[in-house]
Amino acid sequence: MERPQTLYEKLWNSHVVAELPGGDTLLYIDRQLVHEVSSPQAFAALRDAGRRLRRPETHLAVADHAVPTRQRGGEVADPLARAQVAELVENADAFDMRYLPLSGDGQGIVHVIGPESGFTLPGITLVCGDSHTTTHGAFGALAFGIGASECGTVMAAQCLKQRRAKTLRVWLDGELGPHVSAKDIALALIAQIGSLGAQGYAVEYAGPAVSAMSMAARLTLCNMTIEAGSRIGLIAPDETTFAWLRCRRFAPQGAQFDQALAYWRTLTTDEGAVFDREIRLDLTEIAPQISWGTNPDEAAPISGSVPDPAAMQDDGRRRHAEKALAYMGLEPGTPFTEIPISHVFIGSCTNGRIEDLRAAAEVVRGKQVAPGVKAIVVPGSAATRRVAESEGLDRLFIDAGFEWRFAGCSMCVAMNDDRLQPGDRCASTSNRNFEGRQGAGGRTHLMSPAMAAAAGITGHLTDVRKLVA
Amino acid sequence: MTTQPFTTLSSVAAPLPEENIDTDIIFPARFLLLTAREGLGEHAFADRKLDRAGNEVADFVLNRTPWRDAQIIVAGANFGTGSSREQAVWALLGRGVRCVIAPSFGEIFHGNCFRNGVLPVKLEAAMALQLLQAAEEAIPFAIDLPGQTITVGNLQFTFQIDDERKQALLNGWDETAQLLNANADAITTFETRQRTQQPWLYEALS
Repeated sequence: MERPQTLYEKLWNSHVVAELPGGDTLLYIDRQLVHEVSSPQAFAALRDAGRRLRRPETHLAVADHAVPTRQRGGEVADPLARAQVAELVENADAFDMRYLPLSGDGQGIVHVIGPESGFTLPGITLVCGDSHTTTHGAFGALAFGIGASECGTVMAAQCLKQRRAKTLRVWLDGELGPHVSAKDIALALIAQIGSLGAQGYAVEYAGPAVSAMSMAARLTLCNMTIEAGSRIGLIAPDETTFAWLRCRRFAPQGAQFDQALAYWRTLTTDEGAVFDREIRLDLTEIAPQISWGTNPDEAAPISGSVPDPAAMQDDGRRRHAEKALAYMGLEPGTPFTEIPISHVFIGSCTNGRIEDLRAAAEVVRGKQVAPGVKAIVVPGSAATRRVAESEGLDRLFIDAGFEWRFAGCSMCVAMNDDRLQPGDRCASTSNRNFEGRQGAGGRTHLMSPAMAAAAGITGHLTDVRKLVA
Repeated sequence: MTTQPFTTLSSVAAPLPEENIDTDIIFPARFLLLTAREGLGEHAFADRKLDRAGNEVADFVLNRTPWRDAQIIVAGANFGTGSSREQAVWALLGRGVRCVIAPSFGEIFHGNCFRNGVLPVKLEAAMALQLLQAAEEAIPFAIDLPGQTITVGNLQFTFQIDDERKQALLNGWDETAQLLNANADAITTFETRQRTQQPWLYEALS
């Protein structure tokens, strides 16, 4: 009998093109998502070298990072953003790559539209010039973020040099309490193991709690894996995954779906397979989380207070925390729930799916955004926006005082119109609370959609469980 | 594309002792709207280098002599964590930085360095601390990639690097060309097999 294998080993082994001298592997890349920020230089390199796309049908291009979210259909106002989007359109056309138009039904954040369109499939390798490509691992795909040079390599060669990672299984059992979500699991895990905690490992999330999760929750969990230092988060595909994939636009159809399904069912970690490391989390213990610092590992349960760096054992963490608190304008000992906010951002590749919008809507229903708070909801894709509108969520948010926007990365990455000003403080469902991430001098508190909605209603960080009890 | 070969380097090193200097700090997102690789150096560390009025922050190390022209950075753990933006490397390169020394790096940033002729050196925290001190004292660093050594005053450290990556840096190889030249047949063989086993991956996107 063959040695039992982990899911990661199966995915890796099925994509080995060649073992290279020096220990690298040449790995075949099945699909690439392409956006306007990390592709111009890759296309330029192709042009300079006189290369073509090896397999144009394996790439899908869409504009998400730079796009305005206030309106759609007209011209992009910012000249630099307009030029960047135009360059993507021209490049896709010149290289025969499918492009989903900015004003079309298929537009959205790469990590939302990949799963939504069936472009993301179990068993494939998928890359994108974006670190949150970890997201797609939720389908049992070997998916990882790459740099712009590598984007060009994949276009020309359909391969990348990679080094095999070690394996880490995160076993989740127990049941989440009401209004606690996958985002809270991710923040609690990252706070526990640190921003380097999973570096060098491919992470597989497994256990009864994972089996019970929706695709949206799985995508959120895998999305945040990069914030623990790992490029790969994985979940074995199961009936939930297969049900999702049926009849999606780019997924196999008819008899080919059944043929694919037979293969996808083999994509599980074998009984008895050994991981290099294992971590266990009991979800029953997890409370809603918020970040207080400038790295996602600086997070804690909402019931706590701003930590005192002086009490931290590790030198590096203490120095980072001191600097973080100065940047965040926070004093040790302040209860988290006494921290006022000026902005709410609900959206991003982490939490911009329909389930996320529903969770936030549930909290704001019949309530009003606190005076002085600017709150925006940015669906992760045009399709998400349509579904939300068909459910009346847009009215609900607008009536509560939120702005209802068009799809894009928006205030998760400060390179479009949606940015914080210096000193603004945002309850954000995005993935990074780095200095300046949402705008120079802006202060970010990461949390779940329900928690961000609750903060918008009260005007300060809030335990959503107390607001909607 | 080919890069400038890297063999030896002599320069003062700029000390940035913080942990988790992410690529948003190295290259703030608003400059990602620029689509060229060249000319990004002036935006490196923009929000550390300039205050909100656009004046230089006097005590930021890269604004101070002699570190202003440093071709080496010595940093805290997890340098280059976060966003995959290769612009972070191009911006460092744009201001002449060819080597970053730290106890650990963000993985994507680490890989991006090699593709652009920038040497990332991982050193144990204790050694990195000694180098930070030397950097603060503005003692010149001498880096020898063939010999895999860093010499600072009377101190000499040896560093590890994969031989393949070392050769790529020494020769300034174009990874795409190299990969295609050496593996064209293997790639085709792989595709032929995969097409039989997983034909759904070879359908045009409808």
